Amino acid sequence: MTTSSNTDNWAQVEANSRAALPDDVVKFIEECRRRPHPESHLISVLHKVQGHLGYLGEQQLDAVAQLLQVPAAKVAGVATFYHFFRLQPRGKFLISVCMGTACYVKGADKVADKLREELGIEFGQTTTDGLFSLEAARCLGTCGLAPVVMINDEVHAKVTPDQIPALLEKQIRKARE
Amino acid sequence: MNDRKTVTFTLDGQKVTVDEGLTILEAAERFGIRIPRLCYHPDLSLAGSCRVCIVDVRDMGHYMAACSSKVWDGMDVRTNSPEIRQARRDIVELLLDNHPKDCQTCERDGNCELQNLAYSLGVRERLFEGERKDFPSEDSSRSVIREANKCILCGRCVRVCAEIQGVYNLSQHGRGFRTVVMPAHGAKMDESVCVQCGQCINVCPTAAFLEKDSTDVVWAALSDPTKHVVVQTAPSIRAAIGEGFGQPPGTPSTGKMVAALRHLGFKAVFDTDFAADLTIVEESNEFLGRLHGNGPLPIITSCSPGWISFLEKFYPELIPNASTCRSPMTMMSALLKTYYAEKIGKAPRDIYVVAVMPCVAKKYEARRPEHYLPDGIPLTDAVLTTRELIWMIRSWGIDYWTMPDIEFWNLPSEEFDEPLGIATGAGDIFGTTGGVMEATLRTAVEKLTGTPVGPLEFRDVRAVEGLREASFDLAGTTINVAVANGLHNAKQILDKIVRGEKQFHIVEVMACPGGCIGGGGQPYPPRGVNVLDPELLRRRAAALYRIDESKELRRSHENPAVKKLYEEWLGQPGGEKAHRLLHTHYAARLPRGIK
Repeated sequence: MTTSSNTDNWAQVEANSRAALPDDVVKFIEECRRRPHPESHLISVLHKVQGHLGYLGEQQLDAVAQLLQVPAAKVAGVATFYHFFRLQPRGKFLISVCMGTACYVKGADKVADKLREELGIEFGQTTTDGLFSLEAARCLGTCGLAPVVMINDEVHAKVTPDQIPALLEKQIRKARE
Repeated sequence: MNDRKTVTFTLDGQKVTVDEGLTILEAAERFGIRIPRLCYHPDLSLAGSCRVCIVDVRDMGHYMAACSSKVWDGMDVRTNSPEIRQARRDIVELLLDNHPKDCQTCERDGNCELQNLAYSLGVRERLFEGERKDFPSEDSSRSVIREANKCILCGRCVRVCAEIQGVYNLSQHGRGFRTVVMPAHGAKMDESVCVQCGQCINVCPTAAFLEKDSTDVVWAALSDPTKHVVVQTAPSIRAAIGEGFGQPPGTPSTGKMVAALRHLGFKAVFDTDFAADLTIVEESNEFLGRLHGNGPLPIITSCSPGWISFLEKFYPELIPNASTCRSPMTMMSALLKTYYAEKIGKAPRDIYVVAVMPCVAKKYEARRPEHYLPDGIPLTDAVLTTRELIWMIRSWGIDYWTMPDIEFWNLPSEEFDEPLGIATGAGDIFGTTGGVMEATLRTAVEKLTGTPVGPLEFRDVRAVEGLREASFDLAGTTINVAVANGLHNAKQILDKIVRGEKQFHIVEVMACPGGCIGGGGQPYPPRGVNVLDPELLRRRAAALYRIDESKELRRSHENPAVKKLYEEWLGQPGGEKAHRLLHTHYAARLPRGIK
């Protein structure tokens, strides 16, 4: 035989990749591998991972790359392209700022700027303490209350930037309770 | 019988006929019209993203991208009109609106495609001032710097990395204005599957990828009186350096290069080709040992550091097959810090070894911990690319390159220093794809047959097209060989080995298209010539074959300086001392690449 296996790290890479993903996802990837063009199922696989974990971490993306045998750069490129995919775990409080037309003309952009400034994060990100995630929403259907901000299931109507610090403080107090 | 279909259409008012299947851009080139282009590259897949190559096709109602639209019968194409010229100029102005305004201090000043394009389209002022990108420079790598602020998102680097190199380290992350080309998750280049080949630098139309600069440390060493600064030059430098001084591709410039290096202040100028000959002696010995014993076959060449990095990240199971020979550069450096140091009576730490390489991965190779002396002194102190050396020579003001012979300080044509400057033709052809294989065969034939007869030239292994397999009957033994350049091509052979489909005996892999002559550190080609252009690579290779043909000695083991080195210092090929100085080891590395 021409090759020896002791320089090969595949067994270890494969085991680490399996450990990083829920069993259901590993099973699904194995099914995809048996079909023609397994790489074409990449987005379905990512949906499944996010369905289980709520987000796509680097470790999970790398594990998908190895098990599905799709280059990690491609997996990361796809995951970062679509707004639907979250790249960080969701915070305890999900703040959705409506950026629909009505809210926007009523100053949602200024509300969003204030939130960014106060939280120190961009849309799609989570604060390092894991409390807040910030997202842009496309019309929540309550244009009469514009601009609207949702914090988890609570609707906050006619929000102005100067209300933001108090609003955040309230959530922090809630988290401490 | 000619069932080739043709298409007749109108090009700028004239009826023309071309083969079916050509794009408008390709068809126009046949008639001397070079439609402006940016993201297009003839050797990569189509992106059609920059829209610079738009043309007017009658009755279409909108401009079409010439690079990605095929010609059809009866179409009426206009490549120029005031409106098209204005639209192209607007497109380039919009590309520039978030591009830094630092052309004068940019590494690509003077050979930037975006700059040239803006000039030729008549952009004379910047009407749009858009938001600027604010990405940090990623310069943690030994070899390749990523400057995302210079990137115009043409995607050539992504395509060359995936399609030509099969590495797929780069992709566009995110979307819209925040789109950025980088390795997965924005990893540092050294912590990604990057193999440091530098082809992204070669195809980039701007300066979004650059080699890590070493000119500063070399200038500093040259002016340090306590350092004995010596230099070695790889085989392929002489075949390409002339391009930096206006010579047509394929002009050999050995003598002028040596003279210029002495002029810059190097105490001695040695030829990496000598170490190439030495590599062949060691590697043939290793091959014959494996052939007659039970070592792993095929033996795979180990000169190309981009390839070695690829091996360790993508095919670690084949590590036992790789030759343990250090690359010629590192062999030469090892000899300079030991054998040569002894000869001139200097301590290794007082000798500063500069290597001029066609390669950015050599910068990474030089810093691998295996290539240091036990007391922490590097074998190779600094690696310059061909481009960096060209710049140093120009910066110094050495101007005799383009002149006929002139009598001034005995310039302009000089010989390498002895004894580490003596090389056979086999050493010269190391710089091109198939060269290491041919040099190995020249020596192996004689070792197998026991006589110096046998073929000298093995033209079947000159794999200019990228991939070649051949079989030879050497003294009753059939030897199957394969040669690949460009790592995507190499995968085809490596997969056959992994699957056990074919028993090869010797496999040569060079990471870059065409081999070292097409390396990631070679000169940016003149305007209108593409890197990766097979014709450019053929001409550079032809220069090396001409040098080989002109030499009296063309088999590595006949090199008298190599023979003397073994006799007086090294002992036997593959012996204890040779092994310690000339061989190395490899290990699997993470992240693991996807084959």
